[in-house]
Amino acid sequence: MNGLDQLTPIILTVITASTPLLFAALGELVTEKSGVLNLGVEGMMVIGALAAFAVTTQTGSAVLGMAVGALAGAGLALIFAFLTLTMLANQVATGLALTIFGVGLSALAGTGFVGIALTPLQKLDIPVLSSIPVLGPLLFNQDVLVYLSFAMVFAVYWFLNATRAGLILRAVGVSHASAHAIGLPVKLTRYLATLFGGLMAGLGGAYLSLSYTPMWAENMTAGRGWIALALVVFSTWRPGRLLAGAYLFGFITVLQLHAQGAGFAVPSQVMSMLPYLATILVLVLISRDKIKIMQNAPASLGKPFHSAK
Amino acid sequence: MIRLEHRGQHSQTMLYLSPLLAVVLTLIFGTIVFAILGKDPLVALYTFFVMPLTNLHGVSELLVKATPLVLIGIGLSIGFRANVWNIGAEGQLTIGAIFGGGLAIYFHDSDSLFLLPGMIVAGIIGGMVWAAIPALLRTRFNANEILTSLMLSYVAVLFLSYLVHGPWRDPGGYNFPETRLFPDAGTLPTLISGTRVHLGGVFALLVVFSGWIILSKAVIGLQLRVVGLAPAAARFAGYNENKLIWFSLLLSGGLAGLAGLSEVSGTIGQLIPTISPGYGFTAIIVAFLGRLHPVGVLLSGLVLALTYLGGEMAQIEIGTPAAVTGLFQGALLFFLLACDVLTNYRLRIGATRAERGGVA
Repeated sequence: MNGLDQLTPIILTVITASTPLLFAALGELVTEKSGVLNLGVEGMMVIGALAAFAVTTQTGSAVLGMAVGALAGAGLALIFAFLTLTMLANQVATGLALTIFGVGLSALAGTGFVGIALTPLQKLDIPVLSSIPVLGPLLFNQDVLVYLSFAMVFAVYWFLNATRAGLILRAVGVSHASAHAIGLPVKLTRYLATLFGGLMAGLGGAYLSLSYTPMWAENMTAGRGWIALALVVFSTWRPGRLLAGAYLFGFITVLQLHAQGAGFAVPSQVMSMLPYLATILVLVLISRDKIKIMQNAPASLGKPFHSAK
Repeated sequence: MIRLEHRGQHSQTMLYLSPLLAVVLTLIFGTIVFAILGKDPLVALYTFFVMPLTNLHGVSELLVKATPLVLIGIGLSIGFRANVWNIGAEGQLTIGAIFGGGLAIYFHDSDSLFLLPGMIVAGIIGGMVWAAIPALLRTRFNANEILTSLMLSYVAVLFLSYLVHGPWRDPGGYNFPETRLFPDAGTLPTLISGTRVHLGGVFALLVVFSGWIILSKAVIGLQLRVVGLAPAAARFAGYNENKLIWFSLLLSGGLAGLAGLSEVSGTIGQLIPTISPGYGFTAIIVAFLGRLHPVGVLLSGLVLALTYLGGEMAQIEIGTPAAVTGLFQGALLFFLLACDVLTNYRLRIGATRAERGGVA
């Protein structure tokens, strides 16, 4: 029993480390399913983190903070969508620009918020159930965003596989030309999918600055947006596998922190490399199976669409 | 309703006009940003974009900062032409600095004439080694080079941090996280006395020239362009795609390594935890703004170098945060990408001819 008790706080930190990745990657999964490759996740996340933090410290309302964080991510996504879908700009280049712009904008706008402390997001204490040993704190004493992230996994799964709109989105992602030919709204679908990606990346960022490390620091996403992008490939564009992937990475992050805390003789910088190295490893393991990637990746991913070419 | 109408063929005029248009739009954007920050926009713009160039010191610093941007930008632009997206130049720069700088630290009491050439070679090799990893993972395991090269950047920067905090820390340096100073024999000579302009600038010019030769005269340059413009044609012609991926990544990695070495050996003089203010990422903008053409890269390298200088100048003179630089750089790339649409499309406002019922 004692062992289990020690395990509980570790699992709790795994959950907090995984949640931002899960949000951001889930949003990108939907975006990519529609055929749009938005490499600007990092930029949308960091903007979401700042916006959520700023609004929460100013108004005292974390809910408002989360909402504005998500909207800020969507705001950047809108720029991306306009440039790539309306102006037909190169998606890779625009995604990179989005990240550079987001990091720059948040650093500039966030100068007044450095060093301010914030009470972390409140846990929703579900009475009675949360006092069940071990399972109670894990399942019934999390903050609202953690529950939301799980709900979103199911929602996205359901949306993609069981709704008409989800079918349209997938069709647009597989072949925009065919989708357009049978009268599906290619551009509108992609706009909405990209905006959804922005909302979710913003929420992931909000979770970082409101709960994971309740503060604002320049560049605080530290590559999580890029890891989220890798997770989408890892998941082969399936929400269920994405959940597993996000938690695997949360686990690696926490493992690295605990190993540092436990005083392993490995230098801290080497431990900090772990999530990045793991990303590469995971990417290689999945991508080496070319056929599997080809069968699962949206066929028109990253390709521009112009109806009157 | 704004519509895009295909031009039917590339507009050469727009291809060259678009960067200028983007710069103008960035200036307008900058005016708005400064106004929001509560600064007089005219004073701020003058401080940011003109003041750094009003004296020799400023101009020389512009050359110092443009050097790594141009070196890396040339390499990236050649890869981008073939749709090989090396965005980990920051990491390759760092490893180049470690390889080359390591030699200077190991032979810190040397006055050999061979030290500097050895460091340069080591720097290039370092960058190539780091770029070879994404190349291998892409060609052998199909792993996306965008993500792997970027992840390796984080690893490289952490590795440098480990070295300067640990084994390579200057024994007589009061525990500061920095290595000992490179010996004179391991320092790139200064070209203009009283400034920091060093031999790296000459490397950059040589690379611009070689890049131009490769793209316009060499067979591999043609192949790279064909792969980027018409991948199917390249396959029919039997081009070896893997070879082009290797070539692009090794070339851009080697040049980033050279940039890193010239930074630590020419500008900084030792290894410290942060040796680059994001040159590897900014060089992506340099490549696009320069139209993926070597001469263009040279010019756009100077423009982007000015954003660094201007950011520093504005920070000192009018107290704007250093982050303004990153914001302007990002905005510049946005505007450029938006303007680039006009090379292939016309903007049309209103309904199409068919919708109006007119006869074309």
